[in-house]
Amino acid sequence: MTKLLEWLFGVSLVGAVWALVTFDLLDLSLPKTYREVAWPMPLYLLVSFGCYSLATVGYRVATFNDCEEAAKELQGQIKEAKEDLRKKGLKM
Amino acid sequence: MASRKTSPPNRDSGDKYSVLLPTYNERENLPLIVWLLVKYFGESGYNYEVIVIDDGSPDGTLEVAQQLQKIYGEDKILLRPRAKKLGLGTAYIHGMKHATGNFVIIMDADLSHHPKFIPEFIEKQKEGNYDLVSGTRYQGNGGVYGWDLRRKLISRGANFLTQVLLRPGASDLTGSFRLYKKKVLESLVERCVSKGYVFQMEMIVRARQLNYTVGEVPISFVDRVYGESKLGGNEIVSFVKGLLTLFATT
Ligand SMILES: Nc1nc2c(ncn2[C@@H]2O[C@H](COP(=O)(O)OP(=O)(O)OP(=O)(O)O)[C@@H](O)[C@H]2O)c(=O)[nH]1
Ligand SMILES: [Mg+2]
Repeated sequence: MTKLLEWLFGVSLVGAVWALVTFDLLDLSLPKTYREVAWPMPLYLLVSFGCYSLATVGYRVATFNDCEEAAKELQGQIKEAKEDLRKKGLKM
Repeated sequence: MASRKTSPPNRDSGDKYSVLLPTYNERENLPLIVWLLVKYFGESGYNYEVIVIDDGSPDGTLEVAQQLQKIYGEDKILLRPRAKKLGLGTAYIHGMKHATGNFVIIMDADLSHHPKFIPEFIEKQKEGNYDLVSGTRYQGNGGVYGWDLRRKLISRGANFLTQVLLRPGASDLTGSFRLYKKKVLESLVERCVSKGYVFQMEMIVRARQLNYTVGEVPISFVDRVYGESKLGGNEIVSFVKGLLTLFATT
């Protein structure tokens, strides 16, 4: 199953359950509070997922390592390499 | 029992590592990356070869590569040039055909991938007998140097989106510093259809699909010092296209 199908499957499953509860399609005569809670649920889910995404990405951007050390080390090694290669007869 | 493992004389393990270095206008970087490769392979003692795949660089990269071959020997530096620029994906395929090692390491020649991580890749591979080991900028001590906030944001955002949509089981999909068992690389390359940038992403997604095991090693990615970026341009557009294609087909 492709990821697309997995997503479609998942979304329709959730959508079906939501419709069942909200519109009481099976005439289960669920208490009214169930319906009231279920009705705006998709919006809540969407908004909380959006917030979660923003927070996660924001946190990861803020904690993205800056490898100053690695850059410095590389600069030093470049110098060393150039000298050594010149000695070995490389013409750049 | 209490005997601590000292670093083994790796030369006798029977494993050989072929490093594929695709180059296009890397005259300044190539000698440096080769020097570093020789240094770290020398220190760790693993058996290796470096395969330079130059695509007719107008700046004379091939000529420099020939000099390096004289210095380090034809058994260590192999030249497999092509007449014109045919792209990165096919460069790997071309190089792989000539690889004699049972492991293949793929990396950029622009010094953004540091050879000091290769011994770590190898140890990681041995530790779990992984089919492939991928360098990751997004975990542990991994990171980047020379990126502004905008680039970090795009990188992290794109990575998050990919993780959500594809759940690939690896943290760095677009990085191209990896070690493969040669057989695994061959079977992956056969199946991968993307070009350029997305190729790396497809490789790891397909790896997961085929139930290959993936190990990860944090790496520091230092932006190229010399030369120009060849991909650039519409990177974001091609990334999104590639992501959606993989989303619909894998
Ligand atoms: N043989 C071959 N090598 C290539 C080609 N295009 C890029 N390369 C090499 O592939 C590696 C990665 O290319 P880069 O231009 O650094 O791409 P990038 O890392 O996304 O971009 P940067 O931000 O500049 O580092 C480098 O070693 C290039 O020299 C090509 O068409 N043929
Ligand atoms: Mg690069």
